[in-house]
Amino acid sequence: MSNLMSGAKILIECLLRENVECMFGYPGGVTLPFYDVLFEGKVKHYLVRHEENACFAAEGYARSTGKVGVCCATSGPGATNLVTGLVDALMDSIPVVALTGQVTTKLIGSDAFQEADTFGITRACTKHNFLVKSPGDIPQAIHEAFYIAASGRPGPVLVDIPKDVFIGSAHYSPVSTIHLPGYKFSQEGHTGQIRRAAQMMWEANRPIVYAGGGIVAAGASDLLRELVEAIDAPTVCTLMGLGGLPSGHPNFISMPGMHGSYAANMAMTHADLIIGLGVRFDDRVTGRLDAFAPHARVIHVDIDPVEIGKNRVADLPIVGDVKRVLERMNRVVAELSPFQKERNAAARKAWKDQIAAWRAEHPLIPAVSDAEIKPQHLVREIDRVSGGEAIVCSDVGQHQMWGAQFLRFNRPRLWINSGGLGAMGFGLPSAIGAQVANPGRRVFALVGDGGFQMSIPELSTIASNRLPVKIVVMNNGYLGMVRQWQELFYNNRLSAVCLDSFPDAVKLAGAYGFPGRTVEDPKEIGQAIDEAVDYPGPYLLNVKVTPFECVYPMVPAGGAINEMVLGPPKPVAV
Amino acid sequence: MLQTISLLVENKPGALMRITGVLSSRGWNIDSLTVARTIDPAQSRMTIVVDIDPELRRQVIKQMNKLINVLQATDLTESLAVCREMALVRVRATAETRTGILKDAEMYGARVVDATGDGFGLECTGPAEKVEEFIDAIRNFGDIDVTRSGIVAVSMESRKLRLAPPIPAAAAGNGAEELPSC
Repeated sequence: MSNLMSGAKILIECLLRENVECMFGYPGGVTLPFYDVLFEGKVKHYLVRHEENACFAAEGYARSTGKVGVCCATSGPGATNLVTGLVDALMDSIPVVALTGQVTTKLIGSDAFQEADTFGITRACTKHNFLVKSPGDIPQAIHEAFYIAASGRPGPVLVDIPKDVFIGSAHYSPVSTIHLPGYKFSQEGHTGQIRRAAQMMWEANRPIVYAGGGIVAAGASDLLRELVEAIDAPTVCTLMGLGGLPSGHPNFISMPGMHGSYAANMAMTHADLIIGLGVRFDDRVTGRLDAFAPHARVIHVDIDPVEIGKNRVADLPIVGDVKRVLERMNRVVAELSPFQKERNAAARKAWKDQIAAWRAEHPLIPAVSDAEIKPQHLVREIDRVSGGEAIVCSDVGQHQMWGAQFLRFNRPRLWINSGGLGAMGFGLPSAIGAQVANPGRRVFALVGDGGFQMSIPELSTIASNRLPVKIVVMNNGYLGMVRQWQELFYNNRLSAVCLDSFPDAVKLAGAYGFPGRTVEDPKEIGQAIDEAVDYPGPYLLNVKVTPFECVYPMVPAGGAINEMVLGPPKPVAV
Repeated sequence: MLQTISLLVENKPGALMRITGVLSSRGWNIDSLTVARTIDPAQSRMTIVVDIDPELRRQVIKQMNKLINVLQATDLTESLAVCREMALVRVRATAETRTGILKDAEMYGARVVDATGDGFGLECTGPAEKVEEFIDAIRNFGDIDVTRSGIVAVSMESRKLRLAPPIPAAAAGNGAEELPSC
């Protein structure tokens, strides 16, 4: 069974076979034949206002669902505009398939209009990429792309398709198998290692579970919870892993690292066993590596063998899908439980007490003031209406760190932010993708005034699709995180960080046809958030917060994580 | 320290770019690189010699194995392997130097592959150090042109080639979790 179809039609057939329901994109000259087929509406297309945001929106879709997000751009500038989003997805292991048009095969390499070497440029930005040379090759490339994007350690895959390949015809018959002999990843984990890991967990006096984005990606949060409860271990979740264990869980401490809590960082430093699950010992977590967790042996579970021993030597490495590994690990832990549980009960209790003492010593408490809106206060207000159930798409900077410190997440895939790359402008477009994928769920875009203005054109996308995203701008009039570093490490010489002339939020939102509001009185903030949430559509809430607030605790770059700066320097008495 | 890596790769466009990208993106300099098809024309064998910190050697191999076009990456630096290089040398010869050149060539097991009134084309094969010594020896006779092949290596240990089996298409892609309505 086969029939003659254009490349563009074959592409749509393949997308449908991959259950693609929607995509985010921007058309152009060489993708015209594809957009002509899209016109038939088999796959819903969301027109963004910049290609970078197409990729961020696809990420928002993927991060909030676990499904592959799809974005599309034309050749040349369209494809190069995708680059930041692709690297973002690569850094955070997010499954995205990017489709780009390319100039006609015969013109490739001739410096044709809107030509760029997309295949070459995106080699380093993707998990894998394809340049399709004939319409008959489309099915293989597309199905391989989706398979590679979603399996193993997920990531972005780009498929570059020349215009004549869209137009040309081939006999289409569905591809039945994918064969990528070089694409190997172990899922199960080594049985002996899993058994030894379980033994180590019971033997440790001061264990800590260090859970990351891998828990979210693998859908292993229930298993994480089971493990944590079985061995009764304190747990930290990384920026990418927040929600992996519910924030309200008694074993949950907080996020560790540069802006992690005192208790989390002290616990990491004094632990005798770190159980790393889907983590990569990122520099923002470990601080100075040679001072990181000096007393701890390390169990490291990750699907990507490259991560094992990359930054911190693993005493017990397990290469495998963290879900499959935990399924078996939890069974072994339970088997060993009757023989082990009481062995070091006293030491375990002392460890828990110590962590409780650290928490009490320097708790994470949001600053609140009667005179001005503290940024932490704003985050708490969002948290109040969210109750740990809303999706919060954050941009990058101070608000992101306060969000990570003070927002609660009852489940994974609610906290969506650019972790590894730290790409400003991510918040608003990712909220578009998240809202499209979760029409019934409350979605906040928690953005700074800097990042918001990077993706401000997407207000138009939100308006035209009536996406009920609640945009909350934490407006301090500065590029807050850079300003903070200038204050602390560059003699407060505030170089190129002042963002004056922020637009009037009411007029701005009004220009797009939805309501906006600016608040600066702390007494109004609660009611303003309620009003934003109650409005049945998009809402822009511009919150003027204390301009010179710094995020604490803070581990200065290159410092050890137990050497935290806990608050602003005390004024010296004269 | 020089590391010798042997790679079995899919013979596909872009494969070489991905492999050199792993090295260049980390600022590691390639000392030599050879590529040729294997018995199976769908596969190529590469030998790469790269200057790398010894403690990063395992990391490089893992990074290479992670590439989808790489079927097998092996570190031959300290394993049982035969490494050979070839040099083609063109040397000008005069009536006085001809005998000396031929004598040295014979000493190093080099072959004369071209001979004219002006000089010789010589082919020398062997371990890299021997080839270097040969080049130094011939340089004493005057200006030379040299083209070196770079090292080709073959492992003397049998290594099991582990490949991923075919899987059904569109099974592992989207739809793993519940579908959102959009």
